[in-house]
Amino acid sequence: MSSPAERSAGTIYEQVQASPEFRAFRGRLRRYVFPMTAIFLAWYLAYVGLASYAPEFMSIRVAGTITVGLLIGLAQFVSTFVITTLYVRFAERELDGPAAELRARVESGHQEVGA
Amino acid sequence: MTAVLAQAESVGSVTANLGFFLLFVIVTLMIVLRVSRTNATRADYYTGGHAFTGPQNGTAIAGDFLSAASFLGIAGAIALYGYDGFLYSIGFLVGWLMALLLVAELLRNTGRFTMGDVLAFRMRQRPVRAAAATSTLIVSLFYLIAQMAGAGGLISLLLQIPKDDTFSQAMVIVVVGGLMIFYVLFGGMKGTTWVQIIKAGLLLTGAAVLTTWVLGRYGFDLSAVLEHATDNSEHGEAILDPGLQYTNKIDFISLGLALVLGTAGLPHILMRFYTVPSAKEARRSVVWAIWLIGTFYLFTLVLGYGATALLPAGTITRENQNDAAPLLAYALGGELMLGLISAVAFATILAVVAGLTITASASFAHDVYANVLRRGTASPDSEVRVARTTALVIGLVAIGGGILANGQNVAFLVALAFAVAASANLPTILFSLFWKRFNTTGALCSIYGGVLICVALIVVSPAVSGSPNAMIPSVDFSIFPLSNPGLVSIPASFLLGVVGTLLGGRERFDAATYAEMEVRSLTGAGAVRPTEEKKKEEPRPAAVPAAELASAPIRGGAARPSPGGDGAARRPRTSGQAGDLFGNTGLTGTQPAVGMSGRPARPDRWGEYGTQASGGFRAAPPEDPNEVTIPHGSFYRDDRG
Repeated sequence: MSSPAERSAGTIYEQVQASPEFRAFRGRLRRYVFPMTAIFLAWYLAYVGLASYAPEFMSIRVAGTITVGLLIGLAQFVSTFVITTLYVRFAERELDGPAAELRARVESGHQEVGA
Repeated sequence: MTAVLAQAESVGSVTANLGFFLLFVIVTLMIVLRVSRTNATRADYYTGGHAFTGPQNGTAIAGDFLSAASFLGIAGAIALYGYDGFLYSIGFLVGWLMALLLVAELLRNTGRFTMGDVLAFRMRQRPVRAAAATSTLIVSLFYLIAQMAGAGGLISLLLQIPKDDTFSQAMVIVVVGGLMIFYVLFGGMKGTTWVQIIKAGLLLTGAAVLTTWVLGRYGFDLSAVLEHATDNSEHGEAILDPGLQYTNKIDFISLGLALVLGTAGLPHILMRFYTVPSAKEARRSVVWAIWLIGTFYLFTLVLGYGATALLPAGTITRENQNDAAPLLAYALGGELMLGLISAVAFATILAVVAGLTITASASFAHDVYANVLRRGTASPDSEVRVARTTALVIGLVAIGGGILANGQNVAFLVALAFAVAASANLPTILFSLFWKRFNTTGALCSIYGGVLICVALIVVSPAVSGSPNAMIPSVDFSIFPLSNPGLVSIPASFLLGVVGTLLGGRERFDAATYAEMEVRSLTGAGAVRPTEEKKKEEPRPAAVPAAELASAPIRGGAARPSPGGDGAARRPRTSGQAGDLFGNTGLTGTQPAVGMSGRPARPDRWGEYGTQASGGFRAAPPEDPNEVTIPHGSFYRDDRG
């Protein structure tokens, strides 16, 4: 069974959760994904709202039969692809390394406790 | 209308349509039979052994997600209503960012087979699993019936069965359902995945060929396509502007919200994230899916406007708008092209219904049977047996429902599925992953509240009664003005999740389980690993030798209240409860099988672990079951590897 020392420090997960490295890692992740989610949702809802409440604006012809609405719609595709690419770059650069380190810490922690 | 239908019914040759379709069926059946030999364990059946690569899974996701409604429905809506049809595809695509940023990786790290796994991690097993299974079954079944009902009409066109020959249409639905049941029963998730991958390949290739063909006719000038479309359309230039299809502004916003938030809550999509070995592969899956799905929707834009531009004016009507893409194929490439696109459409329906069926069967078997009814004592083998039986039953229900709903306007079923996914599933997933205080009461309020509000609002909406397009146009009991309940139900279930959490504030907060879930979800520690014998070359963290783990209390048993004495009777959150996440431990807090010694009443449990030992990651069963209360996913080979 567990030792008194282990009991006071909590499980390995609690130890890792309390570590500054984990907190920094979680903060970095959340500071990226939450604002990004807010941005893409706002941008999408703006688009839906414009189609509903400003159809005249969306119907302006830019060139030939290409309208503002079509361009903004296509821009939704572009922004989706761009956000996807940006997030993957961010995750590979900033998240994968710390995640692997913390994961190793959890898994080696098991050995320490068991030893 | 009859003239148009007569024209539509006489296009193409049945031989060509049937020939390409039979080819698809034969190829997929061969693959399914081939993989069925390696379909032995529970993890194989549910997730293909977590062994697909990101690109494979991303392609399968595209195949799972792009339903006939996406292909034929959106192309038809763009052909008929122009701009408004385009809006649909944007919601479907943008919703994937939610899955990418907030859901896919954390879900893969936290769960094992179903959405219920994630919710049950730090909440009371049985109630939240029952709730998760309820919403999963509702979404899957409604979506399934909508697809099957559509299959009858679509394939009748391709096989030139008259629209009033309901018996032959019913036979078509039976054949589709039978094939789907066969794929799922014999192929499990592996077979289903390969069907979806092949289908996605066919669909994207078919759409790409048609798109290039259309653009080629107009010198690769999109503006020229649109110009001809405005010349041909009964609406003229209005098809370039918003407002033709959706006249109710608020209803449209409601739909847009359900589309963008529903995608990341669709259970058959969530389940696909478990088919890859790691969170990183789950991320790659979504990236692949986004590129494939986005590209496909760009194709449908050209196909829709192209159909209006190239087909004689008045060909596409409200009644046959789903036939726009097949008719365009016929206009461009004759019988051969029509046969090809028809086979693609057929494949599309089959792949989607198979994905829905396996998800629903997994949810029932893993959440309801193994964890709610059997309280975690079911063996993986019996679980898979139940899953297969469930798949059979769900298949039969879908066939019956599809025949009954055939010819009716059941578009609201899809709206309902997305609304329930967005209102019942998404809030609970996000709260349980990101909100520390979220608890069982909150989850139950959010799921059941979301389901009830959605269903109730749909029943009293103009989609069911009171409008000419309603399912029952003759009576009017619609008191809710929107056909899509998302605008009300989504904020309501987020709110219910918060209110329920506050009401259930007296539930004991379990810091250890919360820490475990947060650390695991973000770092991937302890995530379930693949079981395939032939390992792929993905870098996988080395497994800790089992001998060292056997003695390691993963979450110190003594750090948590010991489930002894009256504790067991008071239904405490015993340490076994979170462990039950993986279904192969039986120590749920609700059953008093754990005595003072902490030993389970079912010694055969460890027999199961004993067989895992031969898998290589675990050496010996622990002496005290309370010590290893979480059968730490990473350190076990899944099931009997």
